[in-house]
Amino acid sequence: MHAPAQTKRAAIALLILLAVLVVLPAVANAYLLSAMVLILYFAYVGQAWNLMMGFTGQLSLGHSLYVGLGAYAAAALFVHFGVSPWIGLWAALAVSLAAGAVIGFLAFRFGIGGVYFALLTIAFAEFTRIGFDHFDWVGGSGGFFLPVKEHGVLDLASLRGPPVMFYYIALVMAVAAFVLAWRLRTSRIGYYWLAIRENEDAAQALGINTFRYKMFAILISSAMTSLAGVFFAFYYNNLFPEQIFSMGRSIEIILGPIIGGLGTLFGPVLGAFVLTLLGDGLTELTSALGIEIPGLKQVFYGIALLVVILFVPNGIWPAVARRLGFGPAKSGR
Amino acid sequence: MLEVRDLDLFYGDAQALDRVSLSVDEGAIVAIVGSNGAGKTSLIRTIAGIETPRSGTIRFRGKDIAGLPSHAVVDLGVGQVAEGRQVFPTLSVRENLEVGGLVPRARAKARATVDEVFALFPRLKEREKQAAGTLSGGEQQMLAIGRCLMGQPELVMFDEPSLGLAPAVVQEVFRTIVALNRRGITVVLVEQNVAVSLKLASRAYVLENGRVVMEGSGAELLADDRVRQAYLGL
Repeated sequence: MHAPAQTKRAAIALLILLAVLVVLPAVANAYLLSAMVLILYFAYVGQAWNLMMGFTGQLSLGHSLYVGLGAYAAAALFVHFGVSPWIGLWAALAVSLAAGAVIGFLAFRFGIGGVYFALLTIAFAEFTRIGFDHFDWVGGSGGFFLPVKEHGVLDLASLRGPPVMFYYIALVMAVAAFVLAWRLRTSRIGYYWLAIRENEDAAQALGINTFRYKMFAILISSAMTSLAGVFFAFYYNNLFPEQIFSMGRSIEIILGPIIGGLGTLFGPVLGAFVLTLLGDGLTELTSALGIEIPGLKQVFYGIALLVVILFVPNGIWPAVARRLGFGPAKSGR
Repeated sequence: MLEVRDLDLFYGDAQALDRVSLSVDEGAIVAIVGSNGAGKTSLIRTIAGIETPRSGTIRFRGKDIAGLPSHAVVDLGVGQVAEGRQVFPTLSVRENLEVGGLVPRARAKARATVDEVFALFPRLKEREKQAAGTLSGGEQQMLAIGRCLMGQPELVMFDEPSLGLAPAVVQEVFRTIVALNRRGITVVLVEQNVAVSLKLASRAYVLENGRVVMEGSGAELLADDRVRQAYLGL
């Protein structure tokens, strides 16, 4: 429970940050803009994943599954039938919800939790990856490509346009995910999730339908993540099963919230900033010095994770929040 | 109020409860005693709907609740305070209580009930905003009891409420249970502290290997030679 003054200060800081993000494209160069798109993308998926792990305590290591399914669903409808991504995203939602429902049902009905749940999520992502390698309708392992029109022509209906269009879409998504996570966190369902995360047996003994609320968590999270996939497909215009469904992609999704602060609203946002800016900055710096080190970014991610776990195990945000006077950032979050 | 008839529970092939029958009258304190592994916790978990019995009936106020999911059982007014003070460690004391008051039957009254619980346990009120994991063992047990009360239970099953607590705190826990019983809450008490629980109980059952081997009033069992030998070391 934050004191009103702290809440007010946090709200003002949030509005300033939002204002900066809104006007940023006016001053940013192409490189910064593309980095910002990446940050907002990770802030969005991090928020989605955080609902499951940070709020409900269910560790998914296979969120690339929902990104990939969403991406392929919308892209295939667009390429094969000319369906607008604004309609295709409903198909993406449906497919990912179905996948989330199957995984959730299998795991939660039969009491699979912890590490075994994580393994189950990996397994689903992996066999879907292998399946798409042989799924010729969407190009198989050779990749699936969206037609790239003339650069810079804005066609919002088909999500074709200049980088700044994608920037604003990513910004809207990140803000919407933040607001949704905040609303859920302070609602009854948020309380149920925290109770399940903290002590599932006790939650059950208190009359919480743990199966139902864990299902809600995975369904909301998978649906949100699939929209990130739609964005990804139309932003990058090429999809390879080996990349989009890979475990590495799942890990990238979860690093931000872990480093920023699990179970917090700002953690995924801050984590995305820190990882992308420092990771890309480091790569830029070394290449400017004439040194090319493949995999440098991954090494940096690993080191960042180590440092956070050793020195601020609850993530950067709780520590920062305390310094800035945004509330005690106590474990109640 | 609660009638259990011929309850059988299996974990895989292992039988945990073997045709257990017991009855709990409204307003009573009923003790269930027995050694480790006798099936006491299994019995509570089965009544609470966490385990599903293979056969038998559990009637609460005439309604068969065997096989109902636990959230439905809690919503009928059957609460439990599980073994080992299972509070939500990083949630505050108040948040712990609020979670307990979210069951449909209790939701409307939750705000007032928090105040009642604080009146019952003034120390919890002092620690209202503190994370529950930082409370002492006794305070956590009070919080676990208070959180259960948030659900407006008519019957509360206590599983080893004195386990691992300091003697002075144990006294306080028992006093609390008696006080709640006087307020009209029916109590099922599973306790390793056989002497005290038999003294409090109007009726008691002895479980061995998943079977009820003895039953009677608390005083009768307290006077029984076999009980005295096996559980009181006399």
